[in-house]
Amino acid sequence: MAWGGRLAFETFGWGFISSREWDAVSGSFGALVPIYGTIVTSLLALLIAVPVSLGIALFLTDIAPRWLRGPIGIAIELLAAIPSIIYGMWGLFEFAPFMASRVEPWLNDHLGPLPVVGALFSGPPIGIGLLTGSIVLGIMIIPFIAAVARDVFNAVPPTLKEAAVALGSTRWEILSRVTLPYARSAIIGAVFLGLGRALGETMAVTFVLGNAHDLSASLLMPSNSIAAAIANEFTEADTELYRSSLIALAFILFIVTFLVLTAARLMLARIGSVHGQPH
Amino acid sequence: MRARRRLADVLAWLFATAATLFGLNWLAWILWTTISRGVAALSPVLVTQMTPPPGQSGGLANAFYGSAVMVLLALLVGTPVGIAAGTYLAEHGRHSRLAAVVGFINDILLSAPSIVIGLFVYEIVVRPMGHFSGIAGAIALAMILLPIVTRTTAEALRLVPNQMREAAFALGVPAWKVTAQILYKAAISGIVTGVLLALARIAGETAPLLFTALNNQFWSASVTQPLANVPVVIFQYAMSPYDEWHALAWAGALVLTAFVLGLNLIVRLAARRASR
Repeated sequence: MAWGGRLAFETFGWGFISSREWDAVSGSFGALVPIYGTIVTSLLALLIAVPVSLGIALFLTDIAPRWLRGPIGIAIELLAAIPSIIYGMWGLFEFAPFMASRVEPWLNDHLGPLPVVGALFSGPPIGIGLLTGSIVLGIMIIPFIAAVARDVFNAVPPTLKEAAVALGSTRWEILSRVTLPYARSAIIGAVFLGLGRALGETMAVTFVLGNAHDLSASLLMPSNSIAAAIANEFTEADTELYRSSLIALAFILFIVTFLVLTAARLMLARIGSVHGQPH
Repeated sequence: MRARRRLADVLAWLFATAATLFGLNWLAWILWTTISRGVAALSPVLVTQMTPPPGQSGGLANAFYGSAVMVLLALLVGTPVGIAAGTYLAEHGRHSRLAAVVGFINDILLSAPSIVIGLFVYEIVVRPMGHFSGIAGAIALAMILLPIVTRTTAEALRLVPNQMREAAFALGVPAWKVTAQILYKAAISGIVTGVLLALARIAGETAPLLFTALNNQFWSASVTQPLANVPVVIFQYAMSPYDEWHALAWAGALVLTAFVLGLNLIVRLAARRASR
């Protein structure tokens, strides 16, 4: 991969990462916009997915009646099995119009005028952009984090929980003071696993991000991500430099996800093997 | 004090329930969209006619065929290698450092972005060949299938109780025979589960095929030529401005989703019944 991208790296040097110029006609490529889009969508997706996943894991381990745990567990795992291109089509034809007609005008009206955060939520409500992409990504990584978190919660020794119950703890206190501290490193590992997924997710993001090489403060504006840029432009990359730039992008993506996933594995390894992760 | 603790508990309960409903809501919404739009576009010509040019009606016959060929090729290549690697990890190289490293790399590959795998295959297969081809697509899919099969095989073998190995060795059975005739028999359901889940996974993969098999408007039985396939056709048709193409994309999406989710559901239900 590094070999394929060497032409881009040689031509642009460090400017490849810091330049926001992406112009196929004049042949100058800078990866700042896709890198920014990848980071923003992935972090926002985590912001959505992590609390929801922990809630689902708690529901599946402690709250749901026993007969309901299996079916709901399988349903959540099916969410991980849906091909990402289906997420993309649904995002483009169903969810983006929904965002454009319902959610984004509301955000414009209520959050747009506020200072500081206002800039994030202003702009035309077109439905396709960073916010929509982040939400779709968030939905996609929920099952991965939830499955690992559920197994981690189940791996907490029952004696610890029983001791807490004997002391009169409520369920919330058991979760916040026994389960979460015990499982902290594994939970962080699960989150990193989700982050690794989000960074590399391609098709769904390609559909709803809008493939625009503009840097914009607003979350409602179209943007790009590394994976989406490659998927959209690779077959039409007509010059050697263009193609090399896209492969260089993939190389950067690979290095980053490799580091994230390695961190995830190391943190998960501490609590024993991870079973039940949806494949 | 007591009221506050109660309140915190109730809030946590409500939050967890709401989170689960939130998750299930998306599943229902996505399935509903796919089914309602897909059924409207279903017709018998779907499997008899080729992908049409813009503005005309047609089917997805060449795409179904291409997908089936590539997925089967990937399955044929990836399954034996994956089972062998998983056997090495769980049995023969159990305590060696090499196995630990291989297992770790396998875990990384397992969650590596598929688009990166696609570009890798582009660099090592498509570029030297000079054009996109079905065989390159099959190789990319095999590279995605391989780590899944390796991992599930290793895990299935690790679940086999040690007493079985000890009993066999005590009878003087050679190691290869223990693996082939005893351990595989004990672990077969786990291995099959892994292979089927991997099959479901690669059937829906799109990103790696964009750079390897690409697409082909026409019927082509040759795997050394660009090969039509369902995911890429869905992608191109969905992104197009034509209504006929959109309808075909939804029909393809419905078939694909039904296949992938159906396979998942069957495998998971069977695995649950077996583990009881």
